Amino acid sequence: MKGQHKEVLFGLYDDEVVLMNAIKKAKKQHLDIMDVYSPFPIHGLDTVLELEESRLHVVGFVFGMLGTLTALIGMSWIFGGSLLFEGDWPTNFGGKPYWSLPAFVPIIFELTVLFCAIGMTVVFYIICGLGFGVNNPVLDDRITDDKFCLAFQTNNMDSSSVDNLKGFFKATGAEEVHSRTI
Amino acid sequence: MSAAVSRIREPLIFGNKNYHQITEDLIGPTEKAPNRMWIIAFTLSVMTLGYGIFALCWTFYFGIGTWNANRTIGWAYDITNFVWWIGIGHAGTLISAILLLFRQRWRTGVNRAAEAMTIFAVMCAGLFPATHTGRPWFDFFMFPYPNTRGPLWVNFNSPLLWDLFAISTYFTVSLLFWYTGLVPDLASVRDRAKGVRKKLYAFFSMGWTGKAKHWQRHEYLSLILAGISTPLVLSVHTIVSFDFATSVIPGWHTTIFPPYFVAGAIFSGFAMVQTLMIITRKCFGLEGYITTNHIESMNKVILVTGTMVGSAYLIELFVAWYSGYIYEQFAFYNRVLGPYYWAYIGMMACNLLSPQVYWSKKIRRSVWWTFFISIFVNIGMWFERFVIIATTLARDYLPSSWSYYWPSWVEIAIYLGTFGLFFTLYLVFARVAPVVAAAEVKAILKQYGDQYLGPDAKPQPHHHHSDETEDVESDGHHH
Repeated sequence: MKGQHKEVLFGLYDDEVVLMNAIKKAKKQHLDIMDVYSPFPIHGLDTVLELEESRLHVVGFVFGMLGTLTALIGMSWIFGGSLLFEGDWPTNFGGKPYWSLPAFVPIIFELTVLFCAIGMTVVFYIICGLGFGVNNPVLDDRITDDKFCLAFQTNNMDSSSVDNLKGFFKATGAEEVHSRTI
Repeated sequence: MSAAVSRIREPLIFGNKNYHQITEDLIGPTEKAPNRMWIIAFTLSVMTLGYGIFALCWTFYFGIGTWNANRTIGWAYDITNFVWWIGIGHAGTLISAILLLFRQRWRTGVNRAAEAMTIFAVMCAGLFPATHTGRPWFDFFMFPYPNTRGPLWVNFNSPLLWDLFAISTYFTVSLLFWYTGLVPDLASVRDRAKGVRKKLYAFFSMGWTGKAKHWQRHEYLSLILAGISTPLVLSVHTIVSFDFATSVIPGWHTTIFPPYFVAGAIFSGFAMVQTLMIITRKCFGLEGYITTNHIESMNKVILVTGTMVGSAYLIELFVAWYSGYIYEQFAFYNRVLGPYYWAYIGMMACNLLSPQVYWSKKIRRSVWWTFFISIFVNIGMWFERFVIIATTLARDYLPSSWSYYWPSWVEIAIYLGTFGLFFTLYLVFARVAPVVAAAEVKAILKQYGDQYLGPDAKPQPHHHHSDETEDVESDGHHH
């Protein structure tokens, strides 16, 4: 949430296996996990965190189709010769048909790939809130090095609940526990 | 997850590394002042680049007439160099895309540098056709856009235009793929940096924090980009080969060209990766990450693709004879025994014969052999393109127009200049970004580190932090 300060209590773990066990335990205790941060993608983490499957592939498909249609309709409109288009500037190349579909295949393919890649990548950065010059708060500098972080939001939490969370971190093997306002 | 998997399979990461050590080894080199070797190499590269720029200016000022290309041999040195550089640009995406789909984990050691190499090689390649148009300031005419000349559209039936689309797409997609992979590592650099460096890396790392959801999407994106890059890689050199194969020139007009060009591209691309990686691992002390196992894997690819290319040469000769078509027969007779026989010998020796030494495991695993063979392969692949392009054109249908071609100093200088450009960019890249994908190496550490795998594997301690851990571990722990 922009403009709203978050009080975050987070534990740093040394190993992804320990972190995964801690997450499973937190899920069992119905603790409300704010987020998990890691230096590399952990296999199976999304299942444990019950993250929804990403729908980026749908984005890729839609943009890919957009590329296919742009190329196909564009070339058909320019050269004409088909039932749909009269042709913006039909040119005779060696007596071949104006609408020579097989010759359009390479460019249709390339534009499909190009649109799909650009669309998907741009959407990825937008939905993740990432981009050149974006400064997201970093909980700890070692998270991109060798620490695995489990974070809870503690806004409006009474001190006993916070102590409870601290106890949870200790019990699940966190090496360090810190709190920060971001 | 943490138990030893196999003592027979070879580890991909040596030196009993832990996560922090990987960061130190891979991110560390970007934080130190450049050593003398780097400064010398960089100075030489920039000087060569400067010479190339001078020759380009010379070309633009005096015109294409300063090249030795003539009416008979219209495509000569520049198109040879173009195809050669494009071929080199094929290994990066092959390593990052096809090997990702095939779950070949050794790609993590070399993919970052190979992808960077791809991007730089495609930049070098693009320079040649752009210059060859003679008036490069009108190159934007090649793109279809509504214009005031009719509107006069480009010829979408022409393989040369397909090539423009293929190479622009290839460059863009490779760049996106490479940079997206680089973002988490740039964030690692950012979190260790201070002052201005921190600000710079914060800008370029796009605010990456390593959130679980972001990693999940990142993995998805990489997988789908790999999926679409795989046919893309195959399409690019296929389309480059169409430039020749769709013509009516004997020796070019063959259906074997697409597969043979793609195999050749992978062949030369891997050779260039070997050349660069052997130097890089030595300079940055990365022997623990780019291991003899990696070198051997790449040498196997070189052996396979080299043999494919070699068989294609022999099949071409056979088909020319078998066709009974005298012009085709003459084209190949001319290639082997004509005025450019030396290029043919160079091509055969370097491409077909030299990689055959890799049948020996000992040679496949030797750094010195690999280094020399990789250079031979790239010389051979240059000869291949020269043989196909210049040799064929030098003897056309009319003996009165037969000619001989040798590059002028301007053409040689431009070619040298592309080496300058390539190495300048590579050296800058190796200074400012981790040359090995640190996050990806960390992700495979527990499967491929030498403390977990291979003859030196040690039994790993289990983590017991509380009584309940075990009970949690038993449900749904699927590794």
